[in-house]
Amino acid sequence: MELVIISGKGGTGKTMITAALQALSGTRLIADCDVDAPNLSLYYKGRNLHTEDFYALSKAKVDENRCISCGICDAVCRFDAMKDHVVDEISCEGCGACVIACPNDAITLIKQKDADIYTTKTDEGLIFRAKMASGSDGSGMLITKLRKNARSQAKDDELIILDGSPGIGCPVISSITAADLALIVTEPTISGISDLKRVVGVARHFNIQTALCINKYDINPDLTEQIKEYALSENIPVIGEIPFDETVIASINSLQPITSFAQSAAAAEIKRMWEKLKKLIESLKASG
Amino acid sequence: MKLCILSGKGGTGKTTLAVNLAYTLNCAYYDCDVEEPNGFIFLNPTAVSFEETLVDYPCVDYSLCTLCKDCVTACQFNALAATKKEILLFKELCHGCHACSLACKEGAITFRKRAIGVVEKGIGHGIFTARGVLNIGEPMAVPVIKHLLKQLKSSEDAILDCAPGTSCNAVTTLRHADAALIVTEPTVFGLNDMEIAVELLNHVGLPFAALINKSRGEDSLITEYCSKNGINLLGVIPFSKEAAIAYSKGKLLLELPEYKLAFEALSKQLKEAFAWN
Repeated sequence: MELVIISGKGGTGKTMITAALQALSGTRLIADCDVDAPNLSLYYKGRNLHTEDFYALSKAKVDENRCISCGICDAVCRFDAMKDHVVDEISCEGCGACVIACPNDAITLIKQKDADIYTTKTDEGLIFRAKMASGSDGSGMLITKLRKNARSQAKDDELIILDGSPGIGCPVISSITAADLALIVTEPTISGISDLKRVVGVARHFNIQTALCINKYDINPDLTEQIKEYALSENIPVIGEIPFDETVIASINSLQPITSFAQSAAAAEIKRMWEKLKKLIESLKASG
Repeated sequence: MKLCILSGKGGTGKTTLAVNLAYTLNCAYYDCDVEEPNGFIFLNPTAVSFEETLVDYPCVDYSLCTLCKDCVTACQFNALAATKKEILLFKELCHGCHACSLACKEGAITFRKRAIGVVEKGIGHGIFTARGVLNIGEPMAVPVIKHLLKQLKSSEDAILDCAPGTSCNAVTTLRHADAALIVTEPTVFGLNDMEIAVELLNHVGLPFAALINKSRGEDSLITEYCSKNGINLLGVIPFSKEAAIAYSKGKLLLELPEYKLAFEALSKQLKEAFAWN
């Protein structure tokens, strides 16, 4: 049972909510699928049980001893990554067109290490996470691998919570594909609504069931109403309306889930939301 | 001068900074966050022109194809697969690299084009504004960003509003920039993601400065990191509920007098920091 937290817009509170839902659900298995800017593991103390190098893509490498400077590689590269038979490693997408085109077999593809993958043991369970090499690519494949690692540890239909990334492209698609439920965290701003509609479109495109939560709902009550109307028209349940709460900043900076703050209004609403989410998950399990 | 605004972390205020700075500096604005572009909400351009972003995808001529599978082997992105009768294409995975046609000995592969997004241009609040918009369901944003940034004129000053994160979308934008401004927020998350952004900027080799947004008066996390690492911290933009509400309505913060002054000061500092005339 995979629950993925996404938002479209960045900074709406995905990671804060993931950590809170982990605490409330007591689930052992969480994964940080925001591999570009991973913050979830900062909440936990732990030790790495397993580390592994992750290789997804390659880069072209020219053997200067074999190169005859014919310029064919420059001409076939569609990514402007080959200039005077020197590879620009940042632009190279590792497609191998130059390797095939080279008349003197002077070019090979070399696998690049894209990330370090970790399985980290904490008091709460396991976190599946990664650290990408600077400027590297292939985050979609990396996310698929993290989810696979998490699923391999799941007993029966145990809940896995995935902290997703902003946007609607490759990392988000890799995070939601075949997940059981996506919780979308939005905020009542015109930008938030615009981004919400696009991420709902992606979830629909890949046939993923969704539920919605409005964070900082009281920043703009009119727009919160608009979001609820939109959700109703799209048949998406709104299961949480979290108030703006300065305690959230304190909780992030003390690296404690917001649920550890007994007086927090945001925590109280997330607890209510979890009860609804639990019912949704149970009904999904029942319907198989 | 092409200045890229980036953050690593989402929601730190890249677009807010970018649109207000572009307006204050009276320069062009390019929204490179093509997965979730929001700059037009604030700059509200009119007379917007549209141009589709087209990418190549292979088509097999079965009168020539021998089903040898050389094309499938050549594709590094698993976009092609062979059955007993045909070559299947998963077009969302295709990078349009033409490796398959280079590998095909029969010359059976030609290319067609399909749209994966759109580039839009117009004038908003008196400045040139452009954005890319990735089509929903498409995984690859880079061709849209490249198409958008092809519109950059070498003589023009421009603000490039970058996508969150530090992988291909951000790298593609940075490759078109002369300098970068990191927008962070004074939280542990903001700092962690700023460190990743700094690592990327050093890797790409761009000069950069930093700015704290949504300050609540306690910024030592970021200020200490900047002074320890010799990062030019240009300023601090305070958090206020008033600003958050203006943002929520899609308004420029310049409409609030204290923010107008802050952006004027920041523009001056930016010009000094990057010798921008």
